[in-house]
Amino acid sequence: MIEYKGMILSELKEESQMAISEEEVKHVAQLSKLSFDESELHGFTESFDEILEMINQLDEVDGSNVEGMFRGTDVQNVMREDKSVSGTERELLFKNVKTTKDGFIQVPTIIDGGEDDA
Amino acid sequence: MPLNKQLTLATNIQSKGRELHMSKYETVIGLEVHVELKTESKMFSPSPAHFGAEPNTNTTVIDWGYPGVLPVMNRGAIAESIKAAVALNCEINPVQSFDRKNYFYPDNPKAYQITQLDQPIGEHGYVEIEVDGEKKKIGITRLHLEEDAGKNIHGTDGSSYVDLNRQGTALMEIVSEPDMRSPEEAYAYLEKVKEIILYTGVSDVKMEEGSMRCDANISIRPFGQDEFGNKVEIKNLNSFNFVRRGLAYEEKRQAKELDADKEIPQETRRYDEAASKTTAMRGKEGSADYRYFPEPDMPVFTVSEEWLSEITASIPELPVSRRARYIADFDLPEYDAMVLTLTPEMSNYFDATVTAGADAKQASNWLMGEVSAYLNEENKALADIKLTPASLAEMISLIQDGTISSKIGKQVFKALAEDGGSAKAYVEKEGLVQMSNPDQLLPIITEILDNNQQSIDDYKAGKKRATGFLVGQIMKATKGQANPGVVNKLLVEEINKR
Amino acid sequence: MTRFDETIRSLNVQLIAGEVTSVQLIENAIARIKELDATFNAFITLNEEAALDAAKASDAKGYTADRPLQGIPLGIKDNIVTKDLKTTAASKMLNDFVPIYNAGVMEKLETAGAIAIGKLNMDEFAMGGSTETSYFGNTLNAWDTARVPGGSSGGSAAAVAAGEVVASLGTDTGGSIRQPASFNGIVGMKPTYGRVSRWGLIAFASSLDQIGPMTRTVEDNAILLEAISGHDQRDSTSADLAVPNYSANLNVGVKGKKIAVPKEFFGAGIDESVQAKVREAIETFKTLGAIVEEVEMPLNKYGIPAYYVIASSEASSNLQRFDGVRYGYRAEGVKNLDDLYLRSRSEGFGMEVKRRIMLGSFSLSSGYYDAYFKKAAKVRRLITDDFKRIFADYDLILGPVSTSTAYKFGEKSADPVEMYMSDLLTIPVNLAGLPGMSVPAGFDEDGLPIGLQIIGNYFAEETMYQAAYAFEQATDFSDKHPE
Repeated sequence: MIEYKGMILSELKEESQMAISEEEVKHVAQLSKLSFDESELHGFTESFDEILEMINQLDEVDGSNVEGMFRGTDVQNVMREDKSVSGTERELLFKNVKTTKDGFIQVPTIIDGGEDDA
Repeated sequence: MPLNKQLTLATNIQSKGRELHMSKYETVIGLEVHVELKTESKMFSPSPAHFGAEPNTNTTVIDWGYPGVLPVMNRGAIAESIKAAVALNCEINPVQSFDRKNYFYPDNPKAYQITQLDQPIGEHGYVEIEVDGEKKKIGITRLHLEEDAGKNIHGTDGSSYVDLNRQGTALMEIVSEPDMRSPEEAYAYLEKVKEIILYTGVSDVKMEEGSMRCDANISIRPFGQDEFGNKVEIKNLNSFNFVRRGLAYEEKRQAKELDADKEIPQETRRYDEAASKTTAMRGKEGSADYRYFPEPDMPVFTVSEEWLSEITASIPELPVSRRARYIADFDLPEYDAMVLTLTPEMSNYFDATVTAGADAKQASNWLMGEVSAYLNEENKALADIKLTPASLAEMISLIQDGTISSKIGKQVFKALAEDGGSAKAYVEKEGLVQMSNPDQLLPIITEILDNNQQSIDDYKAGKKRATGFLVGQIMKATKGQANPGVVNKLLVEEINKR
Repeated sequence: MTRFDETIRSLNVQLIAGEVTSVQLIENAIARIKELDATFNAFITLNEEAALDAAKASDAKGYTADRPLQGIPLGIKDNIVTKDLKTTAASKMLNDFVPIYNAGVMEKLETAGAIAIGKLNMDEFAMGGSTETSYFGNTLNAWDTARVPGGSSGGSAAAVAAGEVVASLGTDTGGSIRQPASFNGIVGMKPTYGRVSRWGLIAFASSLDQIGPMTRTVEDNAILLEAISGHDQRDSTSADLAVPNYSANLNVGVKGKKIAVPKEFFGAGIDESVQAKVREAIETFKTLGAIVEEVEMPLNKYGIPAYYVIASSEASSNLQRFDGVRYGYRAEGVKNLDDLYLRSRSEGFGMEVKRRIMLGSFSLSSGYYDAYFKKAAKVRRLITDDFKRIFADYDLILGPVSTSTAYKFGEKSADPVEMYMSDLLTIPVNLAGLPGMSVPAGFDEDGLPIGLQIIGNYFAEETMYQAAYAFEQATDFSDKHPE
């Protein structure tokens, strides 16, 4: 198993037939910043299971020695020159913001340490 | 920072103060360095990428992650990062692409950062450091390109404030191998990386402005043990000295834990500048699942042989090579070579002065001495003064051929630094040419001798120093322009005639 | 001439002749929409005032045959951003979102002189096949109001079929133009990936999304695609290729054209009536001189699982920007930032959107990436290679668009998997990035329209239009309209 920054690069899970648990659904919901109440969670887990069953058909296809296709086009080297344009007027960008203050976007305070890895 | 202070930091890195219990354990350090590129526009948007604007004014809908916007890669930023990677001895990947790293945070408007996972700009590089006279190679695992995040300011009023000016700025991440064995080596590595990047010109590498940032990974293990200990990541290291202090604190802390038979958990710790110590931030369980996947909005790109050679050819000569050249070609002392290459500006200025015909040692003396002193005093950079390398070279040859004295040279330098122009023209205009012609000097000498019989008597009585007074009188009479060598010679001749 | 007979071309002729003005067209369209939409609910937002201003300016300029779109009112799917005109993607999340910039296609339409009359209903964020997931209620099928208009471009199709507008823009990620076109008896084109700029298209699945035209006739469709196609430097996946004059050479015919018919397109799960009418259509192509042969696409069915993994994964990431911070819905009275994220997103998104985000996040998450996302990308490559093999020997592929005709409200929405399975015949085209279109090919026993799918090689839209035009001229299915 090769792990890079939390992502497991080479763990092959060819047999992925087991049903998903409510715990796993909760974990994925947390990653997605979605919350479900208990009854929603129950129904959701069931329909999720059905979808995964459909998706597990992928196991029937032999994908060894196949390069994944991750983009809609094969073109390469699309780049722009390093030229700048001036920024968009701040008041225009602020039109859809709910709360601003002194030129900043205002959000509720962050309780945890958050992500400062970048 | 004044030159002499930088020099002290660069050369006096000594492993003092390593305490006794450290002798049981070996420290293993790896660094992740982020460097902002000095491009005109951002990595994936055409917004301006400069530092210090009013909040949220250097942004467009792209930086805001507006619905429907798309990224386009900045060719200049890619070229600049390849430049840095080549200078850091990396192998450049011929086929590359970008990936998305997903996480929510207000300074990350799309809730994903575009970065490189599998195919970074460069891999397998290294830099060479020297600590306590010992040279060592530190491996560079990878250098990849990504977009910087915006900034959050945490208010005391229950709110945070978001400024997206920095969002999207082109950012390199340079990940070292865990090759460093002491905080001093980590410090030397940072100095080296900074120096190389500075010479490539792709970044200002200023920690105080955030264009260079560093996170450190540190673990310790008993000497002789092969496997690494549990790794602790240290964040909030805002200067090279804090990196060194934070690591020094952490290696001691970990050693104490091991001595007390405690386990060191894999975790992230924050360096507290005021208290000079690290405190736990979050454990391994809290680490995020970034759900990396290839960025579908941008195609793959290739780095052709031609492009790579073009970029490689554009890299200026790096300091290591310059130092060697100064010593070998110009016979400069190692100290001079070191000082002259502390910044690319100084080194370029020196090279230009020598190319303009100046004697290398004289040029070095002037740049390290009078010029640096002047810059420090006036708090200026070389680019701010009007003296050109050509006029400095001209001035040095005027001194060497005796047209002006060194003392006058200092006056000439100051004038040229402030007003510019040619040294020769200034010297002529101000009448500063040294008087070396005996026909001009003899009448003056004769007059002085006529008025100072006592000194002549003293000299003849064996008090050779009596000429000092006479020379002084002559210099005074000529407003310092008399050539001291010629004056001495004529004076002795004239006394002996009497 | 009734509202059903109008086309872009016929209106252009009338405008040139001075029989009608653009202002009248806009006023008529607004009146029709206000009347008809009480039933059909095709529009979310009307652009009344700005459209009238644009019409006045257009009338002042005058009309020519080489600017066929000038002064013509068009409907725009509500996931295409329109400057100063509310754009919701049919989501509560964007209920009050007024974009400050225009999509690339809107700039192109403006250049062509076309006038956006309003924004059309759709499945929320284009996730669905029936327009039932819209936050703004169901759009009804003009042929039978008890039935869905298809989706996700249900509003775009219904507005054309009901005679509210002559043409509209839709978007297609897995069949979202072709299936509603089929359900509504109109012509819908999903162009080659990269043909039309995605700048300003609210992304569902970036590697699959394309904007395309929905019209009553093949000629109109060609006219509209011509106007919106072309390179856009702001979209790195936009093709830097010249745009052919699609509408100029429609009358070329299909004589000698080699047509492939995959036998998997006529398998289990596809309604008998659909199969029968499409086979009849293929016979028509034979009589028009085309050479038709059966081919095999054994991996076709794996397109569905591959698509739902890839599209959902990309969507899970694309829709993370809707966090309540810079635009869109923000939950009230939140405790802290995490609460703001959780509540804004949970309250702002509908169930189907949440389901896809969850599926996508799961497919990308640590430990599942290889088995789901990466495997799906491999299957995508294999399906694409199958298409490339076929197009090495053939000019076109023919088959049905959907597994059925328009179904009743609620019939499939309770069972996501059944809903997903009905995209069997459109999804592979998106996975490969190929162009695909739906052309009217008859009616089932209930009088509901059936679409013929024409799939072309990369950037072969011209050949597809020529085939579609030949078929349209040889049949009278396009002349029929709802009661």
